[in-house]
Amino acid sequence: MEAQAMAYLAGGIGAAGVTFAAAFGISKLASAAMQGIARQPEATGEIRGAMIITAAMIEGVALLSAAICFLLSVK
Amino acid sequence: MVEKFTEHVAEHGANAHQAAEHVANAAEHAAHAAEHGSGGGADFVMHHLLAHPVIKLPTVFGIDLTITNHILMMWIVSAILILAFWWSFRKKKLVPTGLANALEATVEYLRDDLILPNMGHHGMIYAPYLLTAFFFILLCNLMGLVPGAATATGNIGVTGALALLTMAMGQIAGIRAHGVIGNFKHLIPGGLPIFIIPIMIPVEIVSLMAKHIALAIRLFANMIAGHITILAIMSLIFMFKSWLVAPAPLLIIVFSAMLEILIAFIQAYVFTILSAVFIGAAMASEH
Repeated sequence: MEAQAMAYLAGGIGAAGVTFAAAFGISKLASAAMQGIARQPEATGEIRGAMIITAAMIEGVALLSAAICFLLSVK
Repeated sequence: MVEKFTEHVAEHGANAHQAAEHVANAAEHAAHAAEHGSGGGADFVMHHLLAHPVIKLPTVFGIDLTITNHILMMWIVSAILILAFWWSFRKKKLVPTGLANALEATVEYLRDDLILPNMGHHGMIYAPYLLTAFFFILLCNLMGLVPGAATATGNIGVTGALALLTMAMGQIAGIRAHGVIGNFKHLIPGGLPIFIIPIMIPVEIVSLMAKHIALAIRLFANMIAGHITILAIMSLIFMFKSWLVAPAPLLIIVFSAMLEILIAFIQAYVFTILSAVFIGAAMASEH
């Protein structure tokens, strides 16, 4: 029971950390992309493509950790 | 309250006897119920996410040939894709109509915005693989939102196989562009001092693996995460055991489902663009 409670706690804290870190990364990326688009509207397409690739990288790591948190709270 | 709890345990079909014995001790019951409820919820979620067999087949040479619902969904998706493309383009017309219009617009968008910028004109021979992967993943993702159907891309085996195909395509592209030895040389960035090269070889091999494993896990986790969110919100109704609570979770579920449709498109797009980037990088020539 104790160990299970600790696992739930670890899953919850881990999920919070993952969310925080991923949101931080994506927000920095998006703000930079927005500034880039505002300065050079003609490069919108290229910037958007590069932004999606980088966002996918950040998201991939975040989801990997989220999956670990989920397993902690289920197993 | 005690009666309600006993009912709850009996309903879940576990420890009904124990519950009856412990009826006097309400506090213990509350703890028990909490534990039981969450365990039941997790089981319910896991049951929904895991593949279950549709047709049982024997194991041959250590490979389980059982047809699961995910395999069935992949067959259905493939059949729909083949039929849709065959039916739309059965007559060659200069100006497409109906479904052919939509398919042609999508294919052209992918070719112009995704394949050409990342792979160049030499990469056009890999366009059929990328387009097939895009439409297959997109339809698998969307089929997961149909009630009664299953998400084939929510299975790590399926996404792993897709990532493995991308990796094989990248290696084939590299070998075609640089030759077998050139492809291995291409792994190492040029212009390095000679004593660093023994360290770089394993690093680059691990990096190659990690890129494609991340490709598989990204798609898998995205599809699973959406379903877990919807199921978790839906189980709120069962936890509160009241009809009055239902509208709030339902609203959130509708919103999540809309988000899921968006994610289905984005993930298919991301998988395709990353495949294009990886294959393009494998065949890019160094200067």
